Amino acid sequence: MSAAPLTAQLSPGAGAFAIVVGAAIAFGAVPLFGSDYLMDAVLTPFLALALAAVGLNLLTGYAGQVSLGSAAFLAVGAYATYNLHLRLPQLSLIVDLVLAGLVAAAIGIVFGLPSLRLRGFYLAVSTLAAQFFVQWALTKFGWFSNDNPSGVIDAPVLSVAGVTFTSPAGRYVFSLSVVVVATFLTLRLLRSQSGRNFIAVRDHELAAKVIGVPLLRTKLLAFGVSSFLIGIAGALWAFAYLRTVEPAGFNLDRSFQILFIIIIGGLASLRGAFLGAAFIVVFPLILSRAGAALLGGVFDSGVLEMSQRIVVGMLIIAFLIAEPRGLIALWDRLWRVVTRPAAIRNT
Amino acid sequence: MFDYQFLIEVLVGGLLSGVMYSLVAIGFVLIYKTSGVLNFAQGAMLLFAALTFVSLVERAISFPLAFAITLAIMVVLGVSVERAVLRPLVNEPPITLFMATLGLSYVIEGAAQLLWGTQVHGLDIGISDVPLDIAGVFISRFDLFAATVAGSLVALFALFFRYTRTGLSFRAVADDPFAALAVGLRLPRVWASVWTASGIVALVAGLLWGARLGVQFSLSLVVLKALPVLVLGGFDSIAGAIIGGLLIGAIEKLAEVYVGPLFGGGIEAWAAYVVALVLLLVRPSGLFGQKLVERV
Repeated sequence: MSAAPLTAQLSPGAGAFAIVVGAAIAFGAVPLFGSDYLMDAVLTPFLALALAAVGLNLLTGYAGQVSLGSAAFLAVGAYATYNLHLRLPQLSLIVDLVLAGLVAAAIGIVFGLPSLRLRGFYLAVSTLAAQFFVQWALTKFGWFSNDNPSGVIDAPVLSVAGVTFTSPAGRYVFSLSVVVVATFLTLRLLRSQSGRNFIAVRDHELAAKVIGVPLLRTKLLAFGVSSFLIGIAGALWAFAYLRTVEPAGFNLDRSFQILFIIIIGGLASLRGAFLGAAFIVVFPLILSRAGAALLGGVFDSGVLEMSQRIVVGMLIIAFLIAEPRGLIALWDRLWRVVTRPAAIRNT
Repeated sequence: MFDYQFLIEVLVGGLLSGVMYSLVAIGFVLIYKTSGVLNFAQGAMLLFAALTFVSLVERAISFPLAFAITLAIMVVLGVSVERAVLRPLVNEPPITLFMATLGLSYVIEGAAQLLWGTQVHGLDIGISDVPLDIAGVFISRFDLFAATVAGSLVALFALFFRYTRTGLSFRAVADDPFAALAVGLRLPRVWASVWTASGIVALVAGLLWGARLGVQFSLSLVVLKALPVLVLGGFDSIAGAIIGGLLIGAIEKLAEVYVGPLFGGGIEAWAAYVVALVLLLVRPSGLFGQKLVERV
């Protein structure tokens, strides 16, 4: 689970070393030497989607409550940040982000209330209510988008304490910092009693109740924290990546995309969320290159989109059949194969 | 003065469009009853069937022949879904199967549009849409036709489930898969035929909805209209699907006309979900759904 297997086989010193090297590459080498395209079109959306997937994974992977309304909470986060920034300009952007996360959490808790009585499909369907209601409200009420006729909002300049993040590198570093902090806090939560309670509720609700897990609090906490994370991811998606968003951008397909990330990456694994997000971002790029190289002109954008749908759908089915624990299980297996011979040689 | 005639017109319109929802919902119920899967791909199957039919007709194939060919394709689809998706996932938790059908819906949608293109096709099944005037209340002729088709399909299914060997085996599997297996019913065969049956429902529903909305991608979103119907009626009851459809159809139209203006309209998209949710809080397995008894 979580980051344990990656560092478990290394000595503590080597683990710390790996983290330092990783941080140096992510915060130092990438923004210094990476191309704008890499950061703008690959890494920033990857970070936003990964954070959203971490949020959904907490709810679906750990606490076992399937949600099809993630995009609604992305939208809430984005529009809340926008409005806080617009209407309370004296607040710092970080405070805006946290407050927007809290708004998303509050709405998540409201739409999580049915989970107390519903399970499985009935719950999954009821989360669709959030999806449609939020999208409708954002389009219908001009206040949310400052009376833009089609509900479009433009990103404010990202700036914290006088430092602005407008370049692709700046927006990447900003997203990275937010994602690292949020992921770290999630990791701590999952290792606390509340995190264990999530898993207990997922594995057997009735048994969890019998041994004294507070169902009400646990489920609502899962919905709240998950929506909080997804809300912040939405703000990143809107302001660090796209910079102009409309409610239609947060449609059901986006919700499914995030669900697919955690299925492909691996349920109940934070690293899985990152792997899955990386896959979902990079895969269309590879497919379009490969398709153009193999088929040439026949492979236009329409064909690309459709074949992408087909391949993603097939992958979902294939993963569910062959490796329900997702990419992360493959990764761990690979890691073991790579490290084991070295360990044998050393002894 | 309150306009009762208008109320009745809205109500009848709502009930008739509710029948169209029921038609989609029945496809779900068939599969849920016999294999415990909420088949999200039902909408994709609907799109696929309608798109195949229209494209065949556009290639100058006569209506009955196109219908027969599409039917055959839906049978092949049903059988291959059973072989490729259901069989390897047997004994997995239902929610895993649900996610598999999500993936399946992407595959079918993508394939349908890759094969037949993404443009909008008109579909004319030869029913004029001149409203009928019954005692001062105008009723759409097309709606009436759709309701008749849906009604007879339901009656056919009822007879099928009661009097045919296959229908009885469907019910046996729905009742208790293990007992059904023990008395020698072949589960894979039952599943393949039930997916085929829901493919046929998808074809009929796809043609009716396609004639109404035009055959295009958004047709697959019709499932989203059918989900609250299912929640309301219970996932495993055909009667529930019909009554749920009628209720949702009526409530949706009434809400849009009488409550909608308070919010500036457009509440059709979620009104049904809210109604279904409120009901769920009172009856967690819908109006007619079976109560889940859980063993510890």
